[in-house]
Amino acid sequence: MFRVLCRRNFDLRQGDASVKPLSSLLDRELIQETLAEAISNGGEWAEVFVEDRQNASADFDEGRVEAMVSSRDLGAGIRVTVGEVTGFAHTSDLTRGGLSEAAQAAAAVAKGGGQVKPVALNGDGLAESNARILPETISKTRKVELLEQTNSAARAENPAITQVNVRYSEGRRRVLIANSEGLFNADDQTRTLLSVNCVATGDQGLQTGRETVGYTVGFELFEDHDIEAMARRAAGRAVTKLAARPAPSGQLPVVIERGGGGVLFHEACGHGLEADLVNKGASVFRDRLGELVAAPSVTLVDDGTMGVEWGTIAIDDEGCPTQRNVLIEDGVLTDYMWDHLRSRAAGRPASGNGRRQSYQHLPMVRMTNTFVTNGDAEPRDIIADTKNGVYVAQLGGGQVNTATGDFVFGMTEAYLIENGEITAPLREGNLIGNGPEVLQNIEVIGNDFAMGSPGTCGKDGQGVPVGDGQPTLRVGALTIGGTAS
Amino acid sequence: MSLAQRNEQVEVCLSRSRSTTVKAYSAQVESVRSGMSEGVGIRVIVNGQQGFATAGSLDYEVLAQVIEEARGNLQFAESDPDQGLAEPDGIKSPNLDLVDSAVLKMSDQEKSSIAIELEQRCLSADRRVSSVRSAAWSDGWGEFALASTNGISVYTEGGSCSVGVQPLAVEGNETQIGYAGDAARRPDLLDMDRVIAEAVEGATGMLGASKPVSERVTVVFEPGVTSAFLGTVAGALTGDRVVKGRSPFADRLGEQVGASKLTLFDDPTNIESLGADNHDGEGLAARKNMIIENGMLSQFLHNSYTARRLGASSTGSAVRGARSTPSVGLHALCLKPGTVDREALFQKVGNGIFVRGVNGLHSGVNPVSGDFSVGAYGHKIRDGVLAEPFREATIASTLQRMLLDIAVIGGDFEFLPNGSGMSSIAIDDIALSGM
Repeated sequence: MFRVLCRRNFDLRQGDASVKPLSSLLDRELIQETLAEAISNGGEWAEVFVEDRQNASADFDEGRVEAMVSSRDLGAGIRVTVGEVTGFAHTSDLTRGGLSEAAQAAAAVAKGGGQVKPVALNGDGLAESNARILPETISKTRKVELLEQTNSAARAENPAITQVNVRYSEGRRRVLIANSEGLFNADDQTRTLLSVNCVATGDQGLQTGRETVGYTVGFELFEDHDIEAMARRAAGRAVTKLAARPAPSGQLPVVIERGGGGVLFHEACGHGLEADLVNKGASVFRDRLGELVAAPSVTLVDDGTMGVEWGTIAIDDEGCPTQRNVLIEDGVLTDYMWDHLRSRAAGRPASGNGRRQSYQHLPMVRMTNTFVTNGDAEPRDIIADTKNGVYVAQLGGGQVNTATGDFVFGMTEAYLIENGEITAPLREGNLIGNGPEVLQNIEVIGNDFAMGSPGTCGKDGQGVPVGDGQPTLRVGALTIGGTAS
Repeated sequence: MSLAQRNEQVEVCLSRSRSTTVKAYSAQVESVRSGMSEGVGIRVIVNGQQGFATAGSLDYEVLAQVIEEARGNLQFAESDPDQGLAEPDGIKSPNLDLVDSAVLKMSDQEKSSIAIELEQRCLSADRRVSSVRSAAWSDGWGEFALASTNGISVYTEGGSCSVGVQPLAVEGNETQIGYAGDAARRPDLLDMDRVIAEAVEGATGMLGASKPVSERVTVVFEPGVTSAFLGTVAGALTGDRVVKGRSPFADRLGEQVGASKLTLFDDPTNIESLGADNHDGEGLAARKNMIIENGMLSQFLHNSYTARRLGASSTGSAVRGARSTPSVGLHALCLKPGTVDREALFQKVGNGIFVRGVNGLHSGVNPVSGDFSVGAYGHKIRDGVLAEPFREATIASTLQRMLLDIAVIGGDFEFLPNGSGMSSIAIDDIALSGM
């Protein structure tokens, strides 16, 4: 009891390299007691999710460091299920009293005498950090140097660049998950990111260009990536768009550059393959397992184990190890994505897709890294074989209505294709298509697979980090939301 | 404030909130989620250098560590002579009562019944409603305190409740989803009948929708879409966008930027809006601010920093949670309504489209360049009345053009759950892209 109280007064000072593993934040006996209390009211299953999140960021704007911000969040979410009903309560008070209050609040959905007793916790609840160099061990001076270096490179690229914003951010998230079936797993996830946003000013007004480099790694990110080249790309993008003409209005073939458009698949079908939406009839892909839902050249995978990609996690937020899940194979729908609740109801294993934004949220089915695998076409042939169309070099975000499959996604760098050649740059806009139709309408897939920029996927108000990727490919027709006739 | 050292400006924000969400599915409770959140955010400014740190706890020891962390951060920020905390400006707070005890007294049982009622009434409203993806009740209560070495010390408490429902309508192979919600400070002010009717109609009314032909059209936005559009415009009229050269309106103060019928203001002193507040995020009194008057850009919104940068005064427009530094934003953006009801508005338009919803605002609207392109769905307007539904289309123009092209402002003014007060509007000459 005393030990736990002391530990609640966590140390906010940075640079402490000897950070203890998360399980020491909440001891095994206290978790076991909390699970027992949560399930004692007649619950069938209970879970304790503990999270300790440390973030730091620095913003560089108008040629100077504007702000350095650091934050710390520690708390627990307690979940109880009985039949199809879930009770959940969260608290930032990790004392015995605070956990007990949350356990009782979560347990209130169950009524009357407890039959189920929690199984003894199985495992050590420890996890090693994925980071080779923990960002918190690096001086703030070094981080400021990175910002300055990025800013200078972007401004030197072209005198038309009038504003540069550089953002550095690091996040360490330690989680500990225990449930009444004896699961006791932990993870220690560090992500590091640098993004640059440039504004170019020309006769026709302002244009923007953005680049981001971010991976599920520590400060070694900056050993492996050329930050100045990234800054120059962002600046170049803004300057190029100063000469952009309005995008066409109407349907055209669209070629999407490798790594630039994985979000298309995230929206066109990824969300529709989440079992929670499928089960409620809110997906156009319900009841379609085993059917040809895409062109036969399309294989779509969601893989939480994929190297250091932005959506990579060792275990999901229900303690289930992530894995490579093939969702569409050679055009045939092979599986959906699953979390604990939905897989239990379906009597099948979970797939490592149960994720949540924080300890204050209920988990649900989410993607990790979602991508289309290589085809065999040469990218230059794909462009050359497109008489007239649009070449999208970078997509922005997107949004989907899973019930109809209609989805939009923004093009932040795009060009016209005229007679098989990339020509004039286009102003920004959205493209719109229908997921099932677009999947059938993928005409050719290149052999140059690449992952894209890090993303945050929002669903029912919760954001989680995700990755996506794809080789260069062509969709036969998408509606371009421009203004030119 | 006893933690502040000499030469330091220190501002401490504390917050605490409680919330409950109950969801129903298949005539029973699907989930009950509740919890309490705490937060502290501390700004320390010395010689124009600002540091900020935050934590999710109100323990006194944590506060002491947060202030140390903020001091550590400030050493790396470059000095900016305009950086500083807000100075009291003598304007009195509207002193609104933003909490109603009726919500606090409700039991989980009552909340569950409302969620179940929402689901069941949607199912029985129309035989084509096959299921309800989500039927939810939510309520929240929060308190916020701010104190600074400049002598500002404020406390606000607020609470609200809301309902939202997403029915699915099925006909043949086609499924459509609808959504409607309402929010209020008191449960008896929630209009359940309207929420259910709108949500069900939103799903069933879209059955049979097809892709429209590309053309230039007059577009009518329903109030929620107007809010999304004008919210983006107003965001480009905030001080931080302007001082950093990220607004297409930066050098247009005093100029005609919109149609002469357009008047836009932010009014957090109006208790009818859920965005009403007593103070802004720096503790200055909430006040009404004109933004665009009869089409003329009358002022930019400011917090104390952006105001100093431009030699202006703060408009009390700092927005923040305790966990973040104050930025500049809107509390309760209001459009001055016109006089025509929606039917008369359609009559005036004659032929065009009625947009019930847009998506991709985050991906297809660039508030720096002004490019505007979003996915849209709704109905055709033909000969002055609503006709068949359309979907899988985009509408595009620029923010600058759209303000000037506003043709009619409706009289169907309402306060929306996001705190804005909006009407339907008609905008000419928009590129509709479909087939």
